[in-house]
This record gives sequence, structure tokens and C-alpha cells, in this order.
Amino acid sequence: MRISLNWVLEVAGLDPDTDPAEVGRRLTAAGLEVESAEQVGHDIEGVVVAEVTAIEELTGFKKPVRYCQVSTGTGEPRGVICGAVNFSAGDRVPLAQPGARLPGGFEIGARKTYGHLSEGMICSAAELGLGDDHSGILVLPPDAPLGADFVQYAGLADHVLDIAVTPDRGYALSVRGVSRELATSYGVRFTDPAYADLPADVAAVSDQVHPASIGDPTACDRFVLREVHGFNPAAPTPLPMRVRLARSGMRNVSLAVDITNYLMLELGQPLHAFDGDRLSGPIVVRRAQPGEKLEALDHVVRELDPDDVVIADSSGAISMAGTMGGLSTEISDTSTDLVIEAAHFDSRAIARESRRHRLFSEASYRFERGVDRELPLPVTAKAVALLAELGGGTAVPGCTHAQVDVPQVTITMAVDYPDKVAGTVYGRDAVLRRLHDVGCEVSEASRPQEPEAASGTPPGRVVTGTGANRYQRPDHGKHDRSKQMLAVMPPSWRSDLRYPWDLAEEVIRLEGYENVPVRTPRAAAGRGLTERQRLRRTTGRSLAWSGYVEVLSMPFSSPAEFDRLLLPEDDPRRLAPVIANPLNDDEPLMRTMVLPGLLRVLLRNIGRGFTDVGLFETGRVFLQHRNGPRAAPILRTDRGPTVHEVATLEAALPEQPLHIAAVVTGERELDGWWGQGRPAGWQDAVEAARQVLRDNRVPFHIRAEQTPPWHPGRCAALFVQAEEGQEWLAGYAGELHPRVITAFGLPPRTSAMELDLSVIETAAAALGPVEAPAISPYPVATQDVALLVPESVPAAEVEDALVEGVEHSEYRGLLEGVRLFDVYTGEQAGPGRKSLAYTLRFRAPDRTLTAEEITAARDAAVEEAARRLGAALRGAS
Amino acid sequence: MSAPNKQYDPVEVASLSPGEITRMRDEALAAVAAAGTLDELKAARLAHAGDRSPLRLANAEIGALPPGARAEAGKRIGTTMRAVSQALAARQQVLEEERDQRVLIEEAVDVTLPWDHRPPGARHPVTTVGERLADVFVSMGYEIAEGPEIEAEWYNFDALNIPPDHPAREMQDTLFVAGPDGGRSGMVLRTHTSPVQIRAMLTRPLPLYVVSPGRCYRNEAQDATHSPVFHQIECLAVDEGLTMADLRGAVQAFVDAMFGEGLRTRLRPDYFPFTEPSADVSMECHVCRGASTRPGGPACRVCRSQGWIELAGCGMVNPRVLIACGIDPDRYSGFAFGLGIERALMVRHGVTDIRDTLEGDVRFSRAFGVEA
Repeated sequence: MRISLNWVLEVAGLDPDTDPAEVGRRLTAAGLEVESAEQVGHDIEGVVVAEVTAIEELTGFKKPVRYCQVSTGTGEPRGVICGAVNFSAGDRVPLAQPGARLPGGFEIGARKTYGHLSEGMICSAAELGLGDDHSGILVLPPDAPLGADFVQYAGLADHVLDIAVTPDRGYALSVRGVSRELATSYGVRFTDPAYADLPADVAAVSDQVHPASIGDPTACDRFVLREVHGFNPAAPTPLPMRVRLARSGMRNVSLAVDITNYLMLELGQPLHAFDGDRLSGPIVVRRAQPGEKLEALDHVVRELDPDDVVIADSSGAISMAGTMGGLSTEISDTSTDLVIEAAHFDSRAIARESRRHRLFSEASYRFERGVDRELPLPVTAKAVALLAELGGGTAVPGCTHAQVDVPQVTITMAVDYPDKVAGTVYGRDAVLRRLHDVGCEVSEASRPQEPEAASGTPPGRVVTGTGANRYQRPDHGKHDRSKQMLAVMPPSWRSDLRYPWDLAEEVIRLEGYENVPVRTPRAAAGRGLTERQRLRRTTGRSLAWSGYVEVLSMPFSSPAEFDRLLLPEDDPRRLAPVIANPLNDDEPLMRTMVLPGLLRVLLRNIGRGFTDVGLFETGRVFLQHRNGPRAAPILRTDRGPTVHEVATLEAALPEQPLHIAAVVTGERELDGWWGQGRPAGWQDAVEAARQVLRDNRVPFHIRAEQTPPWHPGRCAALFVQAEEGQEWLAGYAGELHPRVITAFGLPPRTSAMELDLSVIETAAAALGPVEAPAISPYPVATQDVALLVPESVPAAEVEDALVEGVEHSEYRGLLEGVRLFDVYTGEQAGPGRKSLAYTLRFRAPDRTLTAEEITAARDAAVEEAARRLGAALRGAS
Repeated sequence: MSAPNKQYDPVEVASLSPGEITRMRDEALAAVAAAGTLDELKAARLAHAGDRSPLRLANAEIGALPPGARAEAGKRIGTTMRAVSQALAARQQVLEEERDQRVLIEEAVDVTLPWDHRPPGARHPVTTVGERLADVFVSMGYEIAEGPEIEAEWYNFDALNIPPDHPAREMQDTLFVAGPDGGRSGMVLRTHTSPVQIRAMLTRPLPLYVVSPGRCYRNEAQDATHSPVFHQIECLAVDEGLTMADLRGAVQAFVDAMFGEGLRTRLRPDYFPFTEPSADVSMECHVCRGASTRPGGPACRVCRSQGWIELAGCGMVNPRVLIACGIDPDRYSGFAFGLGIERALMVRHGVTDIRDTLEGDVRFSRAFGVEA
């Protein structure tokens, strides 16, 4: 909110020369963050009040041009060229004399133009930094003193405070609210401007005023109308009012509108002016009827929702309550009978209405955040008084006042509750003083109140909360002053104050956060990182040490991307949660795989000249329920949810497993002075996957598999071993499908893996600590065997057979390790066959193995491979 | 080779004369000294200390001396053989050292040659800084709690005292998950990590000290300081008797650990629906330590010469939140404080454009290495 510092200081009763920086500091410390205090008007020099004494219309130009004689009261009149025509001889105007300086450092000189010497410039409001009105020059009232410095005369030298008001503090969206905080901070007595200069009969009702009623008490609990007759629609807005409106960024519209805006800025109460001649029949505040339409001041015809609050007359809706007035009853430049409305609408109803129609106004902004319910009577009284005074009309005595009874909120709070929250001792006097500063009425509670449910209580009931019984000591209450209970009635402008902790915050805030002590933390009894959390860090480090760079990608996707990944129509990875309002319409889905985002990042890096790259990313993916999305209920908040309620919430959420994906392309090992490098390939992707599984210490198997987006002949599925005999799919690795590579525009042979870390971590968590091996001191015996197998037999199966051949024989436990050291296909292997050469390492825990034992153990291994896979020892006939 | 001669023969024992032995010794020592290589020394050893060397042959003839002369001759020849053997050993050592020196020099390489077969890997600083931030809390006894990114609105808003139609919901532009038949789902992409607070309070025993890092989403345009996808970390403590003084202590301990000791922290009133009182946290600029705010002081890029850096939001847990989680607010109180991990990156590491964290440029991650 932008607001004039001069105005704030005046209402706060502070010296107009108060240091703006200090004002900013104090308001910020009170919770009204001053984001900037911009100096305005100080850069204007040499502009004076002058009178136009003669006008010569110049002809022969494309636009009207006037050569005016202007006088500042002393010396000869000067000649000035002017393009505006909204003034007459005898009018007083602001004149920028030669040598003058206008906002932005714009200097005015005497110059020859349109055949005359123009000695200065007659200024428009915009040229003086007062809004954006360039349409004509600013005509001053006839009593403006000739020759006076215009900056001083109009009070232009000011600061504009830009205050970030948080949504809980609607009262601060006004000079009244800001000034109150400032007065409190400076410790000066504050006079509420809402009640200053009011007639005694402000509440008097009259049947002379347009009738109105409240049709829906949940929408509105106060509605006030007053009338002015004989108003002069052409009456100008006084300059000081214009200046203040301009400082808040408001346009000068007309006197009537300017007055309503001015009072809203000053006091926080939105007002609306109807043209009395255009109203038909009594006014009622009600919800919109189905199908009802309204054309608002922005010339947009809206179909109203039955939840919308409207102001209606016998013609139907004439205003969207608290949001925007209707066009049909708008005041115009011929309106002479005005009906001024001020009301107190339900903040949530207005919030919904304004959001539903994407219609945000100064009024809706304030109503959403809470407007003082007591303002409509005094503010309308001020409005009609100003309209009558400045617009020459007559205020109709009395008002129409419809209202619904709303009980006063009373909060019971232990006097030392703020102490308990802050961890310090303020004492009873300070607490009472601060509550008074806020505007509360405080009395001793007659007796400690029985606590009620602290929430779910509508505003307006007597609320007692934590503070009431937390420190309640019935035995001591009468003797110990610190345990006394206070009955606190918050002021009408603080609808945000409902609970003892709201009051505690006020006390602590006004006493200063800097005065809250600092207590050294006590160590909590935490158990450190969980196994999963440790392993996740290890996994990341491990891939980084292996040359993969961790990146983050945008976790959104699209059906088109699923097509590029060759996912079949029924692939579960197409079951992506849909975002109702996506950031980008081309990516309306949450990702179901990390890989595609990683591919996009890879392309970006290649485009930037990094062609030999391995990348990885860890993150959640999102999988919708198979039978479609579900809806999560909104639970109540006045008690903890039941187990069943929590389960309902959880059941609605999509699966969100944590995945890790890696992609590798270009040279995995670079050419160098050592010789040739090696291109990245499927092996690297599979090894990255193996590495993740090894780092998580889970036993796993690899099998060939065909699944998009991988190359059908170069795709490995990785399974972790869970409990006895159970295998869980952890993910896939290999070279990407050539069509995927083409669709994404990737380099050929780009390879990738993606694993479900949630599955791996679950398997790992079940493992328990590593069991230490028994280290045998006896010598190792190695045996090399070359096995001929059909080319289609996977090496992993041969290795399994070798291991299990020994394990299932009498030599169980002797095979220390198996390593494939050569793969040969060619003439000597025979057509359709390959030779796999393994080194078997044997060692016994308790003796040196004999040559016979070693041979027999080797034979057991080979026989199993022969039995299972038809393997034949190479060289053996 | 002949067997030991036990028969006295003056001719055959001539080689045992003192003069002859001295001559043999001198010849042997000269040959050892003259050996310039290990091979030459090997030849000299064979010639002068081998089985067929004159000394050995002479030694074999001792039996041929008269019994009275044998002891003296034996002693003489033994001394000589030892001297030759010592000379050989000494020479051997010298020559070996010479050879080693030569070989080591010949084998010297350019140790500055690169061996970068593989381009370097790295972790992302959001990960590593996130871990570091979490570890500060873990070291204070907090445990890391996690939660889903697609979250029920009740967790993300209602339970945190952000009711429907309240302007506080509009403070966080929300990405909504579509529900059945395109309707409302009651689920959102979480706008902050605070729903993890609710989850922790519903599932963990009290007292409760948790820290929750994670990814969050907002429906807002990307620019240098805003990203629709970002990361937060926040701590939550719920215990008996916790006060704002404890909150200030935790904030100070955090800043001490993350940015170094001796920086002041400052709380100013702010508004978060789930805390009351609420505050924003600033710390003294760790770069200029306020010097930039003094007249004539050098400008500071990090704090924009403000002297203070806004770091985090915090507050005492609103008792309404405790109630929504079934916790008795008469017995327990709590505090929470949280910050953006990207914000910490900007402050601690001088990242100037938040978009760098999401673009995935390898140069960005690589600059941070494996531990930021």
C-alpha cells in the first residue's frame, strides 16, 4: 500500500518533520514492513502560482495552440505557449518559470516555438508528479496566492511510504491504522480520525433516505445509506485531496468518487456512490439468483454465481457487493442526487466472489482482510458532509441503517500468558498498556472461564482458549496477581484478534522482538540420519565420483513426451497426475519418470558444448491410481484427525516413489596422450545402475528385458532380492531406443538408466548391518575355465550356474570368487556359440586345498553350467 | 677340484707362502676396485673368490703343510679371504647404488601430465547445501522428516491454519492437482515444506524435533529470484515449555553454524498463519558485517549495502495447528523456522540467478564439486 507520509504524520499527531527513515524503521519493527520511502515533490523548483491574463489562439497549426500572457503578480506578464485548452483568462495555474525543474530533473527554459518566445510552461497535473493526467493543465482555485511557490502551496514535498501489509492486518490498509501504530511507537496520544468532527446524531435513521435491508445475514451484517441532493457534478476536487490521492496512486475521477476514495484511504472503509435517480425501488443485500447477470463498472457483463453477494434493487443486481459497482447505477457527470453506501460484508464471501470473477479492487482487497464493522455510520456521515461542503449539495438528514446483531468477542487470557510465550517477564502493567495501545478494552475476568474448543468457534462468540486454562490455578488465582485472568475485548477494527495467542503476539510485538531473550538450545535426543538417508547421500557421492554430474530438471511432462518415449497406450507410466493450472500448457502432467527431464537437460548441455557428459538426478516421480485420480477430503481442524481420516487422505495421494536416473553420452573415456578413449554405451548405463545397487548393499540380478524407451536388444532389467525368493524390479538400464534418440534429437548410442530408489532403500533397510567375513589365512588356488555356450545365453546365468554348481556340491563354501575375463566369438567358437573364460578362485577356511579337491570343485562348477546351459569346456572334446 | 691334500709337498705348498698370499690378495683387491660394473664385479668375484680362485686353491693345499705350519697358514689365508670378501661386498653396494640412481633417473616421468580419462562428476549444490543445512539441525538433535510433493490440501493449508477463502492462501500461488472428472482433487503441489510439520506431529511421539528439506512448487513466473520449483528446509520443535527465547536461540545457533560465529540475528514481525507470533529472520551480512552501511563504507553486493540479509521466516507454532494435530496446547508449545535452500545458496555462495539451479548446466554443479 502506498500512502503519504505527511498524511500519516498528521493523523498520528506527530511533527511533520519527523525523520522518514526512522518512521520506516519503527513501522517495520511494529510489523508494517516499509519496503520503500520514496521522496516526492522535493525535486520540483521554480513553479509558482500564476494567473492567465490573456489568451491568443494561434491558427494554422495541426492542433490547438495558445499564446498566453501569465502574471505572477509582480513584474510584467510573460508569454507562454500552451497546447491545452481547459482554462480561461483569469484562471490561476501552476507556472514553471524559465530555470524551473520538474520531477525527473526536467528543466524548463525560455524557447522560441510557434513563432513566439515561450517563457516557461503552464503545467498539467502529470507534469507535477500528480498522477497521469496529461489531458489539460491543472487549474487552481481562484484564491491560490499569486506568485506563491507551488510546492509549498500544494504541499507537494512528501514521502510515499510503500508498506507491505500482511493479510492478517486489514486495519493497516488505511492512514488510520498506520498512524495508530506510529503513535503507539512514538508514545504519543492517538485521536481516532474516524470519530473526529462527527455530528452527535450520526446514528439517527430517517425514512427520507433510500430504503435498504439485509436479505442474507451471512453475507452482510451492516448496511448504511445516506443521501446528498443538489450536488454539483462539475465541482472540482480540492488540490490537497488530489495530491493525497495521487500519492496513493489513485486517479482523480470526479469529486464524488474522489471523496469516497479519500475516505477509504484515510479510514479503511470502502464506499460506493449510486446515482439516486437511477435506483428503482428498495435496496436489498442478497445472494445472486441463478442466471443473474450484471455489467460492472469495467463494462464486463458477468454471469453471477448463487454464492455471489450482490446489492439489488427492484431492477435486479446493481452492484457486486464489496467488489465493484454496476454500470446501470453509476454516477455520471450529470448526477446530482447521490446515494452513498457503506457496509460490512462477510470477508470470505467477498474473497470468493472476487476470486471467482478474477475481479480485484481496492474494496475487495480490504473486505477480504477485514474492515471495521463500526465504520459505516461515521464514514458515510463524513462522506455526505464533504459532498455537501465541496459539491454544493444538501445532505439529507439521517440514514438508512440495516444491521444484524453480532456479539462482542471477549478473550480470556491469563495476565502472564504473553510471558510464557516470549520466555520473559513483561509484567501486568506492560501487558495492560500494550492491550490498550492496540485498542482493546480490558477488565479483570470475574472468574476463570471454562475452556471451550479453541477453534471452530465462529467469531463473535465468547472465545476462551489455551491461555485461559493453561495457567489457571484456581487456588492461587485470587492471591497471585500474576495468575489473574483478563477479559479482553478487541477493538472493532481487529477482527484478527480471537485467541489469547493473538493477544500475546500484540504484546510481544509492541514490546519489541529485539527484547525477547535468546536462550541457548538444549540438545534434543535425535537419532541422526536414518539408514535410507545415509544411503541416499552415499549413492549421490558415488555417482559423482564416477563422473556423473547431478542436475535438477523441471518435473513436468506431457502426453507428447510419453509418445516420444514410445510408451504404449496402456503403459502405467502414462498414468501421470494432471495439474489443473499448469505453468505451461504444453506440460500439464507431473513426471512419471526422471529420465525425460534429464534428457532435456542433456540436450541443453550438448547445445552449450558439453558433448561428453554423464548426468544424474534424484527425485520423486508421480503415479496416478490405475482407476483414475481420487479426491482427498478436507478434514476438520478443531481436533486431531482420526486414524481413519488420515488413511483416507493418504489413499487419495498418488504414489510418489523416489527415483534416480542417469544418462551418458559422447566419450565416456576421453582420447588423450595415453591413447584412444572409449565411447559411452549401454555398459556404462548398466554399470551405473549396478553401482547404485552395490552402494545400497542389496543383492541383485540382471536380466535382458524389452521395455521402452530402451533399445530392445540392449536393455537390462535390474531386480533386487528382497525376502526369501522374492524379487522386486528396481529399474532398467541400457542404450536408448534409436527412435527415442531420434525423437529427442540425442546423439546416437545415448544410454541411460532409471531405478526406483524407494524399492532399493526398502530392500536395503531390511538387510541390517554388514556381517564381517572370516578371513582365511590359507593359500588361494585359481582355475581358469573357458566355456562354450550358445550365443544367446547371458553371461550372468553362466556365472550363476558356476557358483551354484560349487555351492550345491560337497565343495560348498570353497569358491571365493568368479570373474569373467574374456568373451570370444569367432571361428574357433563355432557358429552360434561363444566362449566365456572365467577365473575361479578357491580357498578353504581351514586348510590348504589339495590339487584333487580343486579339480573336483572346478568340475562341479562346470558340470552345473553344462547341465543348465549346455556349456562345454573349450578344448575338451 | 682336488680333495684336500694331506701329504706334505714343498712344491705344492709354495702357494701358501706369505708372499704369494699377499700377492693374491693384492691382485684380488685390485680387480675388485677396478670393477666398474656389476657384471665386472661378478667376474672379479668368480676369479678371486670363486671355487677355482687362487686363494681357494691355496686353501685346499693347507693339509700339505707340515702340521706345525698349518695353523699359521690357515689363519693367514682366512684373513685374506675375509678381506677380499669384504671388498667385494663394499664394491657391490657402491655399484648397486650407482645403478639404482641411474635407473631411477632414467625412469623419471612428467608427473604433471593429466590423467583425466573421465570428465569430472559433481553433486548439485541444492543437494549438498540442503544436506549441510539439515546437518546443522541434526547436530542439534533434530531428525530429518520427509513428505510427499503432491500433498492433500488439508496438510498444505487447513491444518496449518490457512482456511479456505483466506487471503493467506493467495500469498502462495498454488498449482492444483486435477481431481476425478477434472474437478477438485483436494490435492496440490505443496507450496511449502510446512505440511511435513503436520505429518511429523501426527506420526511422531512428543517431544518432537524434526527438520524437513524438500521440493516445493508455486504458480509463479520464473525470474532471477523466483522459481516455480524450489526447495525449502524448515525445522519444527514441539516440547513442553518452549518459548520465543528458545526460537531465537535456535535461529542464532543455526546462523552460527552455517555462516560463522559472531553474526547478529534480528527478528521482525511478520505473518504466517501457522505461527503466532511470527517473524522474519535477518542476519548481519556475513560479507561486509555492516561496513557497507557506514558513511563512506564500501558497497556490498551480498546485502546490497543494507548490512542485514533476510534469511528465513519463523515463529511460535500457532496453537490452532497443534489442536488440528491433536496435540494439547495447554501442555505443549512449539516453534518452527524455515528458509529457501536456493536462498541459502544465493547468500552463502553468491548465486545471483536462481534459474541456474534448475537449468542443469554441468558447469554450475561442477563448480561445487561433491561437497559444497
